[in-house]
Amino acid sequence: MNRYPLWKYLVIGVALLIGFVYTLPNLFPEVPAVQVSTSKATVKIDNALLAQVEAALAAAKVPYRGAALDATGVKVRLPDTDTQIKARDTLQAALGENYIVALNLLSASPQWLSAIGALPMYLGLDLRGGVHFLLQVDMKAALDKAADRYTTDIRSLLREKKTQYSGVGREGNNVVVRFRDDAERNRARAEIDKAFPDLALREADAAGGELRLIAALKPEAQKRIQDGAIQQNITILRNRVNELGVAEPIIQQQGADRVVVQLPGVQDTARAKDILGRTASLEIRMVNEEAGALEQALAGQVPFGSDLFTERGGAPVLVRRQVVLTGDRINDAQPGFDQRTNEAAVHVNLDGTGARIFKEVTRENVGKRMAIVLVEKGKAEVITAPVIREEIGGGRVQISGRMTTREANDVALLMRAGALAAPMEIVEERTVGPSLGKENIDKGFASVTYGFIVLSLFICGYYMLMGLISTIALSVNLLLLVSILSMLQATLTLPGIAAIALTLGMAIDANVLINERIREELRWGATPHAAIQAGYERAWGTILDSNVTTLIAGVALFIFGSGPVRGFAVVHCLGIMTSMFSAVFVSRGMVNLIYGGRKKLEKISIGQIWRPDATTPPGTPAAGR
Amino acid sequence: MEFFRFKRDIPFMRYALVFNVISGVTFVLAVFFLATRGLNLGVDFRGGTVIEVTYAHPVDFNRLRGAIDKLALGEYSAQSFGASDTALIRLPLKEGVSSAKLSEQVMTTLKADDPSATQQRVEFVGPQVGRELFENGALALLLVSAGIVGYLAMRFEWRFAVAAIIANLHDIVIILGFFALFQWEFSLPVLAAILAVLGYSVNESVVVADRIRENFRKMRKASVTHVIDNAITSTMSRTIITHGSTQLMVTSMLLFGGETLHYFALALTIGILFGIYSSVLVMAPLVMWMGVSREDLVKPEKKAGLEGEKIVP
Repeated sequence: MNRYPLWKYLVIGVALLIGFVYTLPNLFPEVPAVQVSTSKATVKIDNALLAQVEAALAAAKVPYRGAALDATGVKVRLPDTDTQIKARDTLQAALGENYIVALNLLSASPQWLSAIGALPMYLGLDLRGGVHFLLQVDMKAALDKAADRYTTDIRSLLREKKTQYSGVGREGNNVVVRFRDDAERNRARAEIDKAFPDLALREADAAGGELRLIAALKPEAQKRIQDGAIQQNITILRNRVNELGVAEPIIQQQGADRVVVQLPGVQDTARAKDILGRTASLEIRMVNEEAGALEQALAGQVPFGSDLFTERGGAPVLVRRQVVLTGDRINDAQPGFDQRTNEAAVHVNLDGTGARIFKEVTRENVGKRMAIVLVEKGKAEVITAPVIREEIGGGRVQISGRMTTREANDVALLMRAGALAAPMEIVEERTVGPSLGKENIDKGFASVTYGFIVLSLFICGYYMLMGLISTIALSVNLLLLVSILSMLQATLTLPGIAAIALTLGMAIDANVLINERIREELRWGATPHAAIQAGYERAWGTILDSNVTTLIAGVALFIFGSGPVRGFAVVHCLGIMTSMFSAVFVSRGMVNLIYGGRKKLEKISIGQIWRPDATTPPGTPAAGR
Repeated sequence: MEFFRFKRDIPFMRYALVFNVISGVTFVLAVFFLATRGLNLGVDFRGGTVIEVTYAHPVDFNRLRGAIDKLALGEYSAQSFGASDTALIRLPLKEGVSSAKLSEQVMTTLKADDPSATQQRVEFVGPQVGRELFENGALALLLVSAGIVGYLAMRFEWRFAVAAIIANLHDIVIILGFFALFQWEFSLPVLAAILAVLGYSVNESVVVADRIRENFRKMRKASVTHVIDNAITSTMSRTIITHGSTQLMVTSMLLFGGETLHYFALALTIGILFGIYSSVLVMAPLVMWMGVSREDLVKPEKKAGLEGEKIVP
C-alpha cells in the first residue's frame, strides 16, 4: 500500500533535476563584466560587433575571460574591477557614440547554463543597490497641449475653407468658435466634423445672442492622447537613460499615468535625476548654402554666424546660427505618408505663433533648405534638412523625401523629443547604496541559513528518521523555490528573502501535521503501514485548506502590494505551492522508498510514541470512539 | 521524545469565558493604544523623506543636527540606526518643496560638514503615493478577510468562517496595538507581515475546525463541548510544534536580519504568539456559542473523501 508507481518517482526525479540545474547558476560568484548595447534602431548588434569588441580589447591588451553575444548586446567578462573600468574606457573609445558601454556584474556560471536559460535570481534594487523612481505624468498638461493644438487647427481650417467666423478661443479644454451667422456655423460644423473626427461638437449660444460652437475632445480621443503622452515620455526617458550607461534599466508604465524607472547600480542619483529631468531642445534654422561656404567650413574656417553640424546620415551641413523656430512651437510630429507621392513623411503640427513665423519664412525661402536641429546635452545634431518646396501656411508641415518609414518614425520621435509630451514629477524615490545591498543579502542569507539549521536539528531530533525525511523535503522545497524564482526571473528583494525564511518555517507545518497524524494513528494501535497511509491521507485535507488561506493572503498582497512587498508576495505564494509538492509528494516518496518495500514493518522511526495506557482503548477515556 | 502527553481531554470549553475575557481585555487595550497613541506610520504611508547615512566613526548627532539646521528645513528627526556609525534622518513632507531635491541638499550639506558621510539609502514617498499605499494596504486586508471568510464558509460552515475571522482580525488589532504602544514604525514590510500572519493563523483555526468536523462524525454520542475539547487537545501537539518551528525561522530573522527586517519579524512574533491563542481558544468558544451542531457539519451528501472514513482504525 505504501508504494509509488515508477512514474511518480520519475516525476520527483525530473523535478529535482530541473530544480538543481536552475538553482545552479546562483551558486556561482558574480564577476565584473562590461556590456555593450545600443539605443539606436539603425545600429545592429551582431557577430561583427562581437569581433570588433574582441579586436579592440586585444589591441589594448586588456585581458578578458570571454565575450558573448546575446539578445541585449555583447557581454565581456573580466577578471577584476580595475580591468573592467579599463575595458569600458577602451571599448567606449573604440566603438564610438552609437554604443552604450556599461559596467555590469555577471554570474560566472558556465556557458551551457545560460544557453538553456538558467540564470541566477534577479536581485531587486534593495539587494544590488541602485535607484528607483516613480514618475507621475501630468495628464492635464497633455490635454492642455491638445486643446491648444486644436485651437490652431480649427482656426486654420476655417480660414482655408473661407468660413466666416468671429473668433476662435480656448475655454478650459474646449475650443469655442464664435459666429455671427447660423448658416456659417452649420457649414463650419460640417467641415470641422469631417476634418477632426476626434472632436465632439455641440452648439451653445452665449447670453448675448452670440452663436457659438463648442468642440470638446471625445473621451476615447482623450484616452488616446493620454496613452500617447505616457508612451512618448517613456520613449524619451529610455533615450535619456541609455546615456547613463546602465546595464539593465527598467522603464515601465505603471497604472494610467505613472512611469517606473529603475536603474540598478546607479549611485549618482543627482546626475540620474538631472538627466531624466532634462529637456532636449529642437531648433529650426536655415542652411547656409552660399557657394563654397561648406567647403571652407570643412577646411576648418567656419563662416561667421554659421555652425557646422553633421546630419544623421553623416553628411556635413552648414547651418546659420539664427534660430527660426524653437521646438516648443511644435505641438506634434507624427510619421505618415505623403498623400500625393505615397512616400514616407513626417507630419508636423505647429502652434499659432509657430505657424505664422513658418509661413513667412517659407514664403521668403522657397527652394532653399532648412535644417531641423536637435540640441541635447549641449551637442547639436541635424535630424533632417529638407528643401522648402512652397510657402507653408496653416501650421501643418510635411517633411518628406528620401525617407524610409523607419526614418520617418525616428525623425517624428526626435522632433517630439524636443520636450516631454507632458511634464513629469518624481513622486517616489528609493535609493540603496551598493554596500547596503550587499549587507542586506548577507543578513537575509544568514537569517535563512541559521533558522534552517536550527529548525532541521529540532525536527530531526523530535521525529527521528521521519524528521530527517521532513528536513530533506524542506530542502527540496528550498531548492524548487530558488529554481522557480531563477526560472521566472522574478525580482528577489529583502522582504522576498524574508518570505523564503517564513515560507520554510510555515512549510514544515505540513510535515508536522503528517507526522503528528502518524504518531496518533500508531498510538491508537494502527499498524505502521496503515498509520503512514492514514497519516498522509488525513493530513492532506488539512494541509490543502491551510495552504489555500495562506495563498489568499499572498495573492492579495501581490495585487495590492508595491515594490518590495510584491516581492514578498511572489516568493510567499510560490513557496506555498512548492511546499505542497515537496512536503506531501516528495516526502511520501521517500517514506515509501524506505518503508514501502518491507512487508512486515514493525516500527517506524518517528520518535517515541507515548501511550496514555497501553491497555485502555486508544484516544482519551471519554472520547467515545 | 514527545512533549505533550495529555491523559485526558483538557476541558478548554469550561474556561471559554475566561479566555474570551482575556482576549477581550487585550483587544480593548490594543484599541485604546491605537486610539490614544496612534500608529507611528513610516515614510511609506505618511510620505516624506528618509536618509540613511553612515560615517567612518560614531555619529556625532549634535554636529549632524547643527549642519542640517543650517538648511532651515523645519521639523525633522535624526537618530541612530542599527549601528553607532549610522544615522537615520527623517524629513516630513513639505508643501511646495520639491522633495526629490531635498535629499540631495541634505547630503551635500552633510558631506561638506564631514567628508566621511556616505549616503546608504534614500526613500522619498510623495503624499499621493503614501495615501495610495495606505489605501491599498487597507484594501488588501479587506480582500484577505473576505477571501478567508468565503473559503471557510464554503469548506466548513459559516459559523467557523465568522469565528475564525473574528479571532484572527483580533490578532491583527493586537499586533497594531503593540505597534501603537511602543511607537514602532509601521512600514510596508510590517503590513506584509500582518497579512502573512492573517493567512497563517487561519491555518490554526482550519486545523481545529477540521478536527471538530471529524470528531462530530466519529464521536457520535459526545456533547458539542466534548467534541471541541477533544479536537483542541489532540491538535495541541501539532499546534505548538508548528508554531515553534515557524518561530524558529522568525527568531533567526529577528537576530540576524538587521534593521530592515526587525519590525517585520517582530510583527510576526506577536502574530504567532497571539495566533496560537486566539485561533484556538477564541475561535472554538465562538463557534460553540454560535450554536454549531453535528447536523451543521455532518451532512449525508457531504463528500467524505477527505476524511477517509474507510481507514478508521
